Amino acid sequence: MTIDLHSLTITSAKKALKEKKFSVVELTKAYLEKIKILEPKLNSFVTVTEERALADARKADELLAQGETKPLLGLPFSVKDNFSTMGIRTTASAKVLDDYVAPYNATVSQKLIDAGIVLLGKTNMDAWAHGSSTETSDYGPSRNPWDTHRLPGGSSGGAASSLAASECLAAIGSETAGSVRGPASWCGLVGFKPTYGRVSRYGVIAMASSTDSPGPITKTVEDAALVLEVLAGHDPMDATSSTKEIKPYAKRMKELTKPMTIGISDDYFTGVDKEVVAKVEEGIKVLEKKGHKIKKINLFEPKYAIDVYTILQRSEVSSNLGRMDGIRFGNERTFFGEEAKRRIMLGTYALSSGYYDAFYRKAQKVRTIIIQDFEKAFTEVDVILGPTLPATAPKVGETKNNPMYGEVMDVLTEPSSIAGLCGINVPVGFSSNRLPIGMQIIGPQFGEETILAMAYQYEQETEFWKEKPNLQFD
Amino acid sequence: MADIKINAKKVAKLAKLFITDEEEKMLDTQLEATINHVKSLDDINTDHIVGTNEVTDLKNVAREDEVRPSLSQADALKNAKKTYNGFFVVPVIIEEAIEQ
Repeated sequence: MTIDLHSLTITSAKKALKEKKFSVVELTKAYLEKIKILEPKLNSFVTVTEERALADARKADELLAQGETKPLLGLPFSVKDNFSTMGIRTTASAKVLDDYVAPYNATVSQKLIDAGIVLLGKTNMDAWAHGSSTETSDYGPSRNPWDTHRLPGGSSGGAASSLAASECLAAIGSETAGSVRGPASWCGLVGFKPTYGRVSRYGVIAMASSTDSPGPITKTVEDAALVLEVLAGHDPMDATSSTKEIKPYAKRMKELTKPMTIGISDDYFTGVDKEVVAKVEEGIKVLEKKGHKIKKINLFEPKYAIDVYTILQRSEVSSNLGRMDGIRFGNERTFFGEEAKRRIMLGTYALSSGYYDAFYRKAQKVRTIIIQDFEKAFTEVDVILGPTLPATAPKVGETKNNPMYGEVMDVLTEPSSIAGLCGINVPVGFSSNRLPIGMQIIGPQFGEETILAMAYQYEQETEFWKEKPNLQFD
Repeated sequence: MADIKINAKKVAKLAKLFITDEEEKMLDTQLEATINHVKSLDDINTDHIVGTNEVTDLKNVAREDEVRPSLSQADALKNAKKTYNGFFVVPVIIEEAIEQ
């Protein structure tokens, strides 16, 4: 039988499995077949776990037959390669960890396993998540299914390309500043970045510990809400994870229909590609028509967030990657790639004696100002809307030789990440050369249900996710 | 703040990284460019502002100090390149002292 993988969502797959339209083994085999055909061109995965996937699928079919109702039972996922997966190679796309097999599960991996997923494999990313393109991956860049000469974005680029090409039903990524929203935007998908601490970081190969936030990349907003319900929650293994109550997000987002106030800051449209601006403005109009009010607000200039983020991220990277000693696991430090070296060294410099106050401490103080600025904004508006990325996907090779490339691309997602806010990317249409464009909806800390509700309403009016990339190779 | 000069070789040594002469030249320039870029933060007055380490205002998170299952010794050693009698083998760092 043929399964239309493109139009399948978590919601529709659950229904189809329940109605026995196909089995989990059939569904899993369909994805594995697709992976086999597309991977030589797309490079979405670092490791495909075929045997594991089929074993997961057989078990899920048995459980379904017994009437088991786990929230993600039998649903084939891809997981970014910086999540520890017990017994499975976990590299973070870095040769330092080329042969590292995680001896335990990240909390996110464990929760997905407990929820019943089928693990198809581990997806490619910028090495150590250092980048916004997958071009820093030690295993080569992934390709954007909408135009395979172009990049999918990053760092969760393999996650986004795997889903946009329907090599999986949903993908798990992680965001430090733009790494979920960004690739979702360039690949025409929903990317959800939860509030810092909403989802546990335990077992995620650490990049910048004060901002790392795991999150789902999905086809629809409802799918994102359903995955978030599984991932969210306090974890004793991550002291910064929140004890705040988890809501039934998928249900609440449909109930929350009251008119809201949408904040728009002109600074978030400055220097942004014209076609991107036009599509995001159309997106805002759709929400205005739904009865929401638009309010102009002034936010702290996003360009300063680049500098704050650069210092904090490099410093935390230099500290976190200090553990890569090649003694207890992995290869020695000579295996670090160029970008990792650059970042470790900048962080080492910023933290070194005599410079700490001038750089790290200064950046922490400006971070406070950015947080207070958002807090003030959220006393006037419910959400903030703007473009997710300032341009559409660039061609492979275009990002090289620019050490600040990632930061420039992430300028619109860095302020909210530094402040630990939640945000979601929704597709808002296409450029004239048919590349996806995304809009982000930013909410206050733990405002997950509000941004999901807004994104859901938008999606109901537009349904851009139904558009399909025309995968052509030459 | 005046323009900053960075000695990449010195920083690499601090970070226990190994860079070639060619990389050194490139990194000198790139690190200086980046660090001179971030100096724009000097424009912002941060007098009387307290820095933020943790964004959701958690304070002193502690847990009970109790014994619980952990990785087995075998699992903990499984990824090590060199082991000996159930231990990690580490590089010699006090060779001279041993020789004396």
